[in-house]
Amino acid sequence: MSVLHDLGVAELGRLLAAGGASSAEITKHLLARIAAHQHLGAFLCVDEGLAMRAAHAADARRARGEASALLGVPIAHKDIFVTRDLPTSAGSRMLAGYRSPFDATVVARLGADGAGMVTLGKLNCDEFAMGSSNENSAFGPVHNPWDTTRVPGGSSGGSATAVAARLLPAATGTDTGGSIRQPACFSGVTGIKPTYGTCSRWGMVAFASSLDQAGPIARSAEDCALLLGAMSGFDERDSTSAPREAQDFHAQMLTARSGASVSRPLAGLRIGLPREFFPKALAGDVENAVRAALAALEKLGAALLEVSLPRTELAIPVYYIIAPAEASSNLSRFDGVRYGRRASRYADLLDMYMKSRSEGFGPEVKRRIMIGTYVLSHGYYDAYYLQAQKLRRMIAEDFQRCFGSCDVIAGPVAPTVAWRIGEQGDDPVKAYLADVFTLPASLAGLPGMSVPAGFGDRGMPVGLQLIGNYWQEGVLLHAAHALQQATDWHRRAPAGV
Amino acid sequence: MSAQSSLVRGYEVVIGIETHAQLSTASKIFSGAATAFGAAPNTQACAIDLALPGTLPVLNRGAVERAIRFGLAVGATIAPLSIFARKNYFYPDLPKGYQISQYETPVVQGGQLAIGATGEQKIVHLTRAHLEEDAGKSLHEDYHGMTGIDLNRAGTPLLEIVTEPDLRSSNEAVDYARTLHALVVWLDICDGNMQEGSFRCDANVSVRRPGQPLGTRREIKNLNSFRFLQQAIDFEIRWQIDRLEDGLPIEQATVLFDPTSGETRAMRSKEEAHDYRYFPDPDLPPLAIAREWIESVRAALPELPGTMAERFVRDDGLPAYDARLMTQSLAFARFYEAARDACGQPKLVANWLMSEVSRRLNAEEREIHAAPVSAKQLAAMIARIADGTISSSGAKRVFDRLWSGAGSDVDAIIEAEGLRQLSDAAALEALIDEVIAANARSVEEYRAGKEKAFNALIGQAMKASRGKANPAQVSALLKRKLSR
Repeated sequence: MSVLHDLGVAELGRLLAAGGASSAEITKHLLARIAAHQHLGAFLCVDEGLAMRAAHAADARRARGEASALLGVPIAHKDIFVTRDLPTSAGSRMLAGYRSPFDATVVARLGADGAGMVTLGKLNCDEFAMGSSNENSAFGPVHNPWDTTRVPGGSSGGSATAVAARLLPAATGTDTGGSIRQPACFSGVTGIKPTYGTCSRWGMVAFASSLDQAGPIARSAEDCALLLGAMSGFDERDSTSAPREAQDFHAQMLTARSGASVSRPLAGLRIGLPREFFPKALAGDVENAVRAALAALEKLGAALLEVSLPRTELAIPVYYIIAPAEASSNLSRFDGVRYGRRASRYADLLDMYMKSRSEGFGPEVKRRIMIGTYVLSHGYYDAYYLQAQKLRRMIAEDFQRCFGSCDVIAGPVAPTVAWRIGEQGDDPVKAYLADVFTLPASLAGLPGMSVPAGFGDRGMPVGLQLIGNYWQEGVLLHAAHALQQATDWHRRAPAGV
Repeated sequence: MSAQSSLVRGYEVVIGIETHAQLSTASKIFSGAATAFGAAPNTQACAIDLALPGTLPVLNRGAVERAIRFGLAVGATIAPLSIFARKNYFYPDLPKGYQISQYETPVVQGGQLAIGATGEQKIVHLTRAHLEEDAGKSLHEDYHGMTGIDLNRAGTPLLEIVTEPDLRSSNEAVDYARTLHALVVWLDICDGNMQEGSFRCDANVSVRRPGQPLGTRREIKNLNSFRFLQQAIDFEIRWQIDRLEDGLPIEQATVLFDPTSGETRAMRSKEEAHDYRYFPDPDLPPLAIAREWIESVRAALPELPGTMAERFVRDDGLPAYDARLMTQSLAFARFYEAARDACGQPKLVANWLMSEVSRRLNAEEREIHAAPVSAKQLAAMIARIADGTISSSGAKRVFDRLWSGAGSDVDAIIEAEGLRQLSDAAALEALIDEVIAANARSVEEYRAGKEKAFNALIGQAMKASRGKANPAQVSALLKRKLSR
């Protein structure tokens, strides 16, 4: 059954429902693949016994007549989600070996007490989700399966690589400034960050609370829709969780637009292309691929029009003030007192704090804590944090102006294809600048998606970014699904995996 | 009290008080853990209180409801939208590395409190009252040189109530603290237990020459008794004036009061050199309080002490002074009302509560709810005074027995102690005739115009009755007989 790993979430669900395979068989097959692809660095931990027990339990539920789409389908979680049965490190030495007494809401909703998916393990990521290449993990880099000398993107790099390399049909990720969309783009898979408040943040190790959102990474829009439906919904334990009824994103994805036809399913859909998303600095291979994907959408009936998001570039400084500010406070709890790393030798309390945190945090995390501490400090708050908050509101208003004339905003996810591991050197600003297309939607709290859009130089994947208005995930998924019905970019698998 | 007379060695004292009142919710302000006092360390701290990774705060509406109750009672503005902020600093008993508090936009804004219940009234203006979480406790003993951390208290809801610098003496400060304490207990938003830390005051103290701008203030932290509050402020005033008189400057500082030495001392400057990096907590949306919520809290508000005192003046005919004392606490007022209803003698009840009952409570450091004499017993005794069965001196003996527990039934005590007054007119007349006959000299002196002699005759009559005669009745009878 070597094709099992090529099947997506929906396909596996159908196979399980038809009795074509058991969850135990699928799980066993994927566990073997994971073991054979350890060089990719995608997983931080795998618990075969736990996975097999969950698979058998799912099979038993199916045998009793349960028939939900996700029951028995394997998944793994970004190591930023806390899990009761598996350690959670957030990619940091600070939390190495940490065991949470509870599961994140997203984990619980997908797992045995919810949709019945089978958790295979935890996935590598940038330390505390800070990074866009997965090179900031304390436990080593993750390799892009399309070219293992390249990064998979980040911070959900392990998730993207595992899904691209067919080690998993799907994985969870989190997106603060692009951490689902950009690795999905670099790794040639599909990912969606929903509207802020869609998925509960309970059990997500916090990076920047006002930006963090969970979402799925899978190989199709349809699979993302199924997963997002199970992951999302109001949670009373997260005060920023939206008090909305659970959404059936799969049904929304399938709902035909009025005026649509079989050949023109996107008739009437207005897609706005912000001119700021196509700057001179955009790599030619990326632009060509994105334009080709846009042409495909046009062919499906969508109308393309130019719009403007004038503050796109400002999103970079705004984000790199707000996110570190929140991070500097969120990461204060890692003080060596109650859990996590504590230095073995220290002179006094202050020394204990300094040594524990110096040993526990990596350079990028330290850099952001320092930036955040600086911008919040007395005398600088107004000039940095407050100013950034004002601009954040203006960026959100710019989007609303655009949505007056279009239904979806489209453009590239990243200015280039995945770079080589180590290529960025020690210039963090270079990496920050590469976030320019994903940051605006994050700051505005809007849903954004990365959809495979073919390949650029050296056969590296390119992603098309779709951004919708608040709670319009259904529109994004519908457009992406239509594109994936008409093209096969998302079906391409990296050679040699 | 005139402004002049409150000067200390020519200096005006300026005091503002910040009070942390622990709100009486069953669970913590941002978690479901219990708030009960005295449990074994860390048994009332859940994942949120421990700040485990991935945990998030959810605001306890009960705490907000209590803040609204307080705001309404002091005539403050309830902010329709208030903001929770993070106050960032590292300390082992602060699990998140920040305290969630309200900074720029508190829930209760403005308001005032009248103090001087027993003398000249004064209005103390409140700046604000805001919601925040308490920290845990560091235990420095018994850990072999290490420090233990107890997080039971972490996340306990506090209302921090801040006054304007309106107070001008330690007496006023204590009066304010007592009045505020009575109010939060009255409103049932705080249990008021000062030993357990449910009500603690910080005092900002400065001194200045009259008419000069405010002096530099020093903040005395964490005073958990009225006595310490007074002692600490008095010491601080002396210290500041001494310093100024020596030509030395006052530096802004946070100081601690040592009850053993009775002195305040500045904390090391390192301990207070904090930049708290306040910013709005992104985990908590702004606290929105709808008009309807405020109105439903207002509707459920108990009668406030001021209103109740006015009622006692109007309906019971009490003097304003008495009425204010009867409303010093809700328990006291309830006691008064119960006794009044049972005997129908409001003024007598008030008198007894203000004198004998208060004296004994104070002497024994008890609260009214722990008084050994019930409202019913007090009323039964007062009824016997009112109907002439016992004299007030007889009543004191009854009260003694009741208080000490030597007796519980008022009438039984009267009989057992032989305290019933001689009110049989014939018997009394015979007794007085005997006294007149036996004290011819006094009678003559009285008739010669010596009033003192009359008192001696009353004394003799009372003695002859062994205290059972009604003095008023004796006096009237004597007068009548001697005027013949």
